[in-house]
Amino acid sequence: MSLLSFIYLLGSVSFILGLKMLSDPAKARKGNLIAAAGMALSIIGTIFLYRDDEGNELHNYGWIFGGIILGGIIGTLAAKKIKMTAMPEMVSLFNGMGGACAMLISIVEFRHLTASFAIDTYSDRGFVFFSTIPGGELLIIMLGMIIGTVSFAGSIIAWGKLNGKIKDFSFRGQHIFNLVVLAVITLLTIYILCCRPEETILFFYTVLVLSVVYGVLFVLPIGGADMPVVISLLNSFTGVAAACGGFLYDNPVMLTGGILVGAAGTLLTILMCKAMNRSLKNVLIGSFGAQAAKVAAGPQGNYKQITIADTAVVMAYASKIIIVPGYGLAVAQAQHACHELEKLLEEKGANVMYAIHPVAGRMPGHMNVLLAEADVSYDKLMEMEQANEVFKNTDVVLVLGANDVVNPAAKKDPASPIYGMPILEVEEAKMVIVNKRSMKPGYAGIENDLFFQPKTSMLFGDAKAVLQQLIAEIKTL
Amino acid sequence: MDTIFDWIALHQQIIYIVVLSVFLGIEVIGRVPSVLHTPLMSGANAIHGVVVIGAIIVMGKAEQGNYAALVLGFLAVVLGTLNVVGGFVVTDRMLEMFKKKK
Repeated sequence: MSLLSFIYLLGSVSFILGLKMLSDPAKARKGNLIAAAGMALSIIGTIFLYRDDEGNELHNYGWIFGGIILGGIIGTLAAKKIKMTAMPEMVSLFNGMGGACAMLISIVEFRHLTASFAIDTYSDRGFVFFSTIPGGELLIIMLGMIIGTVSFAGSIIAWGKLNGKIKDFSFRGQHIFNLVVLAVITLLTIYILCCRPEETILFFYTVLVLSVVYGVLFVLPIGGADMPVVISLLNSFTGVAAACGGFLYDNPVMLTGGILVGAAGTLLTILMCKAMNRSLKNVLIGSFGAQAAKVAAGPQGNYKQITIADTAVVMAYASKIIIVPGYGLAVAQAQHACHELEKLLEEKGANVMYAIHPVAGRMPGHMNVLLAEADVSYDKLMEMEQANEVFKNTDVVLVLGANDVVNPAAKKDPASPIYGMPILEVEEAKMVIVNKRSMKPGYAGIENDLFFQPKTSMLFGDAKAVLQQLIAEIKTL
Repeated sequence: MDTIFDWIALHQQIIYIVVLSVFLGIEVIGRVPSVLHTPLMSGANAIHGVVVIGAIIVMGKAEQGNYAALVLGFLAVVLGTLNVVGGFVVTDRMLEMFKKKK
């Protein structure tokens, strides 16, 4: 066994261990570092120890190190600078880079393959002749190119949508159109593989362009709330694209790394869907947002508003308070103000807890990261089941920018698009104060009954501004 | 049919790796709490950055005069590294926060 094979073995084991530890809160960080170390080792090993079939070493070290240093610096800066609230789009962007990398590898290898074979056969046959290209290699190159490209294009669109640069877009019959594009991609690929037409090169680039089109159209109509699921799915796509590279170079670490992520990513996608009580099929072709927008009528009934001063009084004298943070809190970056309010109320003798819905924030688990950033103690966070048991004995529930995850329609109204989604049953509490920017419906685009109930009071305004005023007000009491 | 069997026989090892890795990938994250979905996704995202090894091989094999291959390979190395480094750093930042208050 050569040293490089041993390094690749270590790399593969580090990925498995890393993933395993990443799914345990206490060991997650160490797991990430182990995987990173395995990756570094595999990369360095490849640069210095790789030999191709003829035993040649790699050259162009200047280019390789230049690329690694450039990518490393940009990557570190971007990852360090990014705000915790913008994490989802960052993950999506990095995923897109991986997809693009797989795409470029396939393009270079395809050019290499066609060029060398075309030169060999051109002279004696009089025309460019591709049938001598090994089919397996060509298939792997095309698969890597298609999957990588779809992942790249899709991730960039997801990134644009998450940071608000790209709006939802869909047209009538888009799903049919997407299927047609996919069918053309498949047929052209089969045609190239089976018949090796003279236009092989042209068709290859046609497939490339169609893959971009497919990636874009596939993600464009999907609503913001479902974006995490899509990113997770594209993540597993890139894994498979990386595994294609592993096939191509007979490289075990690329193969295990890619396939592991492909499989784990697919399972994670399904788990996320479950947490939101949505099926994957629904996410991908449901165009949830588009349908629900029609359902949303004007506000029904009356809601009552509450002032900051009154809220301050209510909260200052409550003994048991639960805060339900949601997307609005993440957007307003109010996690620090939220923690400050919590400390203040605790000093006043209240018991303050947080109830976290599994999909609160912009990605599953995102809210926990945000609150952790603001130093909120881990044992103050309650998961949904736990929280639902204690709402009954709670004096005040403060809902900060959450909407669909506290909508009782999910339990009561079978006609509602979110029916069946597990929710935080805040209506069980004695009093509910809801902070929102306006009465506008949330992601699912539906009205929330909760806001019109007698025990609910609305406190309008940006979460951060409202919390700061509230803190000032409570201090004066 | 024979060609398919030949192909399987030829690539037996790789096929075993693929099949076993699929089960392993599913098994290994089977009981992840939803709290960790985001960091796990991000960590997995960094791991598939292993594709950069392919980019390094492409780059290292490109002939001196072949500028298209050099430029495309260079881009691939940059993007792949971005994926790896950015992915691991972002995941670490997220997980760092979980640890602090213990």
